[in-house]
Amino acid sequence: MSVIKTEKLTYVYGEGTPFRKTAVDNVDLEIGEGEFIGVIGHTGSGKSTLIQHFNGLLKPTSGSVFIDGERLWDDKDRLRAIRFKVGLVFQYPEYQLFEETCYKDIAFGPRNMGLSEDEIDKRVRETARLVGISDEILEKSPFELSGGQKRRVAIAGVMAMEPKVLILDEPASGLDPKGRSQILGLIREYHKEKRNTVMLVSHSMEDVAKHCSKILVMNNAGVYCFDTPAAVFHKADELEKMGLAVPQITRVFNRLRAMGCDITDDVYTVGFGKDILINALSAERKIPR
Amino acid sequence: MLKDITIGQYFPGKSPIHRMDSRVKLVLTIAFIVMLFLAGNIYSLIVGIIFTIGSYLISSIPFRMILKSVKPIVPIIVFTSLLNLFFIRSGVVLWEWKFLKITEGGVNTASFMTIRIICLIVGSSLLTYTTSPIDLTDGIERLLSPLKIIKLPVHELAMMMTIALRFIPTLIEETDKIIQAQKARGADMETGSIIKRAKSLIPVLIPLFVSSFRRAEELALAMECRCYHGGEGRTRMKQLKMHLVDLFAVLIVAAFIAGVVAVNSIT
Repeated sequence: MSVIKTEKLTYVYGEGTPFRKTAVDNVDLEIGEGEFIGVIGHTGSGKSTLIQHFNGLLKPTSGSVFIDGERLWDDKDRLRAIRFKVGLVFQYPEYQLFEETCYKDIAFGPRNMGLSEDEIDKRVRETARLVGISDEILEKSPFELSGGQKRRVAIAGVMAMEPKVLILDEPASGLDPKGRSQILGLIREYHKEKRNTVMLVSHSMEDVAKHCSKILVMNNAGVYCFDTPAAVFHKADELEKMGLAVPQITRVFNRLRAMGCDITDDVYTVGFGKDILINALSAERKIPR
Repeated sequence: MLKDITIGQYFPGKSPIHRMDSRVKLVLTIAFIVMLFLAGNIYSLIVGIIFTIGSYLISSIPFRMILKSVKPIVPIIVFTSLLNLFFIRSGVVLWEWKFLKITEGGVNTASFMTIRIICLIVGSSLLTYTTSPIDLTDGIERLLSPLKIIKLPVHELAMMMTIALRFIPTLIEETDKIIQAQKARGADMETGSIIKRAKSLIPVLIPLFVSSFRRAEELALAMECRCYHGGEGRTRMKQLKMHLVDLFAVLIVAAFIAGVVAVNSIT
């Protein structure tokens, strides 16, 4: 069964004013349980607006959203329960930290859920371990930490609610390469361990290609395509036309093929590309591997 | 949504009043207030009303904006006119019930004061409707600049005002975002007792303070990088200049004040 489903979802900003803008237009979508979805699209394509519908922060102008088969906004009192089911990590989540200690901040979500103190403690410590926050840091004020650490504490704050679906809006933006790969690594770790659905909104094709099982491409407030990375990056020309680039390694291989090399067209991670190249070269020159 | 709150009341346009120098507008607004208080009887007040209506017609500010400016002071108007109505006792008694008494004098004063207050508010709102906040602070700075002699940091005060105005929309947007983020973590801000609701603001206020301080620090740094060192020797990109329209405006207001004084003495 699909965990998130939308039917003709439409959202309009500033209805009835001169600034009227359709941010999400007639989107039909179905996301299965346990999937790792990448969402890409350039600025203003409606990604952020779309994901804010999944936990009931925005009310659709028309159409509906179903979480676990339950239609959102039918019963407003259920929205809070939905927000525990669908965890949303905003861009620059470290700007929401407010507690005296990291421990308390991570515990904020679980406490709102009304869990017992034992359960809260268990969840805070488990997520802290998962995101690589030591017990010592847990007792520190979040405002003393480095940017990358703050980000991890903030993400842990949502993970600790153990949502069925975890949605992250550009979780790695503004970090250095090391911080980026750490954050993305821990998200993948989380997905591997919990087997929950994860949605990753990103600008970086490399990140999405490397981690996701399916990719959702947004363009002009609508879904352009929703498919496996191979199928999506197969449309390199079309993606480039809408201002999105395929991963660099895919570009390299597309160019090689254009030059007449006989290699496959489904390369989108550097690791896989390396294997293909080595195979191709060793076959040609008969070099023993 | 929070975003829909408009900042200031500036209503862009190209009317002669919009084009006026903000300093002149400030001074003339004060002159206008003086004019209304000079008006001692109903006839001279009519001159003031004509002036108010006339300036609105010239400024081409829509009628609903006038209503909007009057709305917040309706309680004050009602209160003062009721006081005047019941407590001024002169002339013929019109209505009487136990200790309450309404006299002709009371009715006259009540209506006179009501019209005066409405004119006052509507007329001075025109200043904020036709002048952008930045122009306004510029004008204030220039008008107050003589006070530099008594060591009043006029430029710094104006700069603070400008910065505050500039950052209001930014902070509103930020508040909105933080509220959404905390709601996503299950923060409940709509239900519960007042104390509980006040407490639920903490997760919003603390991040907001932190980011305001961060912003202030960044802004200070950016200003220093551009060698900002206060108002001394600073020139402006937009020079305030008097035009013909300003001269006309001054003459018209002067004529109206003279008119009010004249009508006062006639009757």
